[in-house]
Amino acid sequence: MTALHRRSLVELKSGLASGEFSSVELTETLLARIAGEGAGLNAFITVLADQALVAASAADDARAAGKAGVLNGLPIVHKDIFCMRDVRTTCGSRMLENFVAPYDATLVARLSAAGAVVLGKSNMDEFAMGSSNETSYFGPVRNPWDLERSPGGSSGGSAAAVAAGLVPAATGTDTGGSIRQPAALTNTVGLKPTYGRVSRYGMIAFASSLDQAGVITRSAADAALLLGVMAGFDERDSTSVDVPVPDYSDTLATPVKGLRIGIVRQHFDEGLESSCRSAVREALATLEAQGATLTEVDLPNLDYCVPTYYVVAPAECSSNLSRFDGVRFGYRAEDPRDLLDLYCRSRGEGFGAEVKRRIMTGTYVLSAGYYDAYYLQAQKVRQLIADDFARAFAEVDVIAGPTTPTPAFKLGDKTDDPITMYLNDIYTIGANLAGLPAMSLPCGMARQLPVGLHLVGPHWSEARLLQLAHQYQLQTDWHLATPEAYA
Amino acid sequence: MSLDKDQVQHIAMLARLRLSDTEFAESVEKLSRIVAFVDQLKNAPTAGVVPMAHPVNEAQRLRADEVTEGDDRDRIQQNAVSVSDGLYLVPKVIE
Repeated sequence: MTALHRRSLVELKSGLASGEFSSVELTETLLARIAGEGAGLNAFITVLADQALVAASAADDARAAGKAGVLNGLPIVHKDIFCMRDVRTTCGSRMLENFVAPYDATLVARLSAAGAVVLGKSNMDEFAMGSSNETSYFGPVRNPWDLERSPGGSSGGSAAAVAAGLVPAATGTDTGGSIRQPAALTNTVGLKPTYGRVSRYGMIAFASSLDQAGVITRSAADAALLLGVMAGFDERDSTSVDVPVPDYSDTLATPVKGLRIGIVRQHFDEGLESSCRSAVREALATLEAQGATLTEVDLPNLDYCVPTYYVVAPAECSSNLSRFDGVRFGYRAEDPRDLLDLYCRSRGEGFGAEVKRRIMTGTYVLSAGYYDAYYLQAQKVRQLIADDFARAFAEVDVIAGPTTPTPAFKLGDKTDDPITMYLNDIYTIGANLAGLPAMSLPCGMARQLPVGLHLVGPHWSEARLLQLAHQYQLQTDWHLATPEAYA
Repeated sequence: MSLDKDQVQHIAMLARLRLSDTEFAESVEKLSRIVAFVDQLKNAPTAGVVPMAHPVNEAQRLRADEVTEGDDRDRIQQNAVSVSDGLYLVPKVIE
């Protein structure tokens, strides 16, 4: 029998339903792992032990009364970017070190209403700006596969916690790859839905035209279960789209026979480490053997994805983060001389280096004389990139390739040069620019480190991505590989 | 293109960010690299392209201009460093 901490949400759900164990027992087991073998990972900013046990006990009572919700008694973790009423919500920043959210994010409310038990808030890059978790004010997260290495970012705490068996599932957010890249580097499944699929209400904003909430799990079936609860229209998010939510678990069993998979040649050029290339090629061969067809497609403006992102995202961040002024909430500098000094020092001291860099980049590209050359030009290129995807999806159902150019890198390796760090997200950023759903799933090992297979689909095609991923996971067991120290 | 010290000073002021001397020197260097990197966008074939307005082509949803949220002021102000009688306090602006 698989140990509780290694079971999937789907397995835990049936164990709870059959009375094999209670939610309180499950919660106690995982809280002990978080405080024990998991502590060295620094995956959590806040552990909600007492609150989780109360919620677990309530879930057990609800089950006894015949009122179990879809996720009744199942443990999850929220990235510390989601507001949770009366709980400290830091966004990985000194700016919000003492911020206690006065309300629940819609995503938090929906998962709790379905019976989920929240074990804590996970560590992340400051304001989700980073690809290594090293920009967190609360220190970097360590990768359970090698403690010297980064778990990726910005949802690195969520990914590390799921990979190490501290929790079966965690929420995350993805603006340029912040769910998928850490999922790839930790051997977990990461799903970023279509822009507008999951409410962003109560999710602290970084770049509003790119941000989307999603999940990190150990299986595609678990991601389907959670997405079904999280997705759907929310009038409190003005960018939430009113499109019906299908039953994502319903279509998982559909075989992939006849599914057309697009391959982009540039995804496999010299930028991709050869050991990752062979793992991804092998995964594609497996899918082909399962009856999918492989076709080459062209994304001619692919090279412009990263530079476009590093104009659009900082521009939106400079606007969104102007709300942190030291007056209404957040960090305030000591003894301000005057109002201007209060603003400048509160922001100068409250934000870390990468956040300040992005605010300044955004301020520059939006400033008088530069707006047309940078911001407007980037929004035009963004349209070209979206058009490239639309043309490709006229010929194929899904585009598949690597999630990242290399496996997990060492902490400190890429902190000197922002461009090197930014290029980590070269394969993932396009989906955000075009608002497309995308996911990463484990597909092999390179240098004893996990490799991710990246899938991108047309708008609202989450069910197809999950189906493809699930069918692949029926055929392979890469997603069951576990870091030895956390088995 | 690279940025000079005056430009970075100006940007930091527009962004209301006080930087230490070390941070300032580092910003001049790193922002220059970022700007040089995004400069390649100038080569993209964008003649006649309409800038993207929305990633999934949705129109901006509007709602009636009515109060929908309750009064949560006291709870919200618990996050403020300095308040008095429901007002936020800042250093004196007018002498």
